[in-house]
Amino acid sequence: MGAYLDAAAGAPLHPLASAALLASLDDGWADPARLYGAGRRARLLLDAARESVAESIGARADEVSFTANGTQALHAAALGTLAGNRRTGGGFVHSAVEHSAVLHVAQAHVAGGGSATSVGVDALGRVDAATFAAAAAAPRVAAAALQAANHEVGTTQPVTEIAAAAPGVPLIVDVTQTVGHAAVPDGWSVLAADARTWGGSTVGVLAVRTGVRWRSPFPEDERESGRVPGVPNLPAIVAAAATLRAVRATQDAEASRLGALVDRIRGTVAATVPDVEVLGDPVDRLPHIVTFSCLYVDGEALLTGLDRRGFAVSSGSSCTSSTLEPSHVLVAMGALTSGNVRVSLHHATTAADVDEFLAVLPGVVAEVRAELGATGL
Amino acid sequence: MRLDNRGRRCPLPILDLARHITDVPVGATVTVEADDPAARPDIAAWCRMRGHENVGERVADDGTPAYTVRRLH
Repeated sequence: MGAYLDAAAGAPLHPLASAALLASLDDGWADPARLYGAGRRARLLLDAARESVAESIGARADEVSFTANGTQALHAAALGTLAGNRRTGGGFVHSAVEHSAVLHVAQAHVAGGGSATSVGVDALGRVDAATFAAAAAAPRVAAAALQAANHEVGTTQPVTEIAAAAPGVPLIVDVTQTVGHAAVPDGWSVLAADARTWGGSTVGVLAVRTGVRWRSPFPEDERESGRVPGVPNLPAIVAAAATLRAVRATQDAEASRLGALVDRIRGTVAATVPDVEVLGDPVDRLPHIVTFSCLYVDGEALLTGLDRRGFAVSSGSSCTSSTLEPSHVLVAMGALTSGNVRVSLHHATTAADVDEFLAVLPGVVAEVRAELGATGL
Repeated sequence: MRLDNRGRRCPLPILDLARHITDVPVGATVTVEADDPAARPDIAAWCRMRGHENVGERVADDGTPAYTVRRLH
């Protein structure tokens, strides 16, 4: 009974990831920078993982570095690009719906004397390509950041079109929800990914295109091409690479399968839950993410009610956040933020899981509304 | 009509608005005073979903945002 439907926060560990993780705990514990046998074996594992991940994301191996997690990859991508292009100016352009890690970089950048421009989105959560490109191509802009697809509503962004329209500006592309589910768009200068979202263990990926100016925001050492200091988490890296290779082999079939399940959720929720708004682009979207908001519903009570029936989902409603602020993505879209639920599917999600969720949802919503006395409005 | 929703969290301000919109005649306004940050997007979304006019936002004497809605039907 119930199912884990919060893959965007981290998919359950893929069976291949557990196997690779366990194997490399035995084989890959040594420091890959050392010249003795155990170190050389670790180095071989690290090099092979780097080659494999690079191929999966459309990069060269020497462009790829591993970070502790996806947030660190996003921080390093944005901070490093801003630092490397400081001579151009202090401008940072980003969409209003970027991951909070990118918005935190923008805040720190402004606090340090730089400037940041947030480009708004339409009701589906998408930036206008011409507007974003014009903002990115403005004088003294050091870097622009745009996600390949949104992490809350799944809407894809016109990354390739913007890269072509503003070729002079380094474009930082957040592919944390995209890798393993859809093609990585062309046009990125610096890229950040997160293995948790494809069923790997916790590790991030930073890729810097050859020729792009990027300077490490950390004190440099000899690790990871000078981009990420300290001994890398080799078992997690090996698991991430092995999982991504497997996931990519079935990516198109899985995208069709999960995309059809999301279509079912979109249609059924709209038909069976009164006063609901299903958000995001119904077509140009990630296959596995869907979000909706319910009028007169307390998001926290809704999550609790679903959790009681065994369903794990997340919410952008203010009452579910530690800051009591509603999701900046929903606010930027002009969407309803109350009673918000994000459902995100993964390799282990079955059609039966989705049907069971859809069967219990209307009752849970009705229960929360009844508790609030929100009937007949 | 003014509805004091200071200190009340989402979705209570829009619930209050929904309960009282029919207390005023069509064409008249209801103003919701609410300090919950979700009230701004949610009142705008409620107007869109329910077909009423989101007239705009002002600030009450104590600094609390005040959102005015016109009943259209």
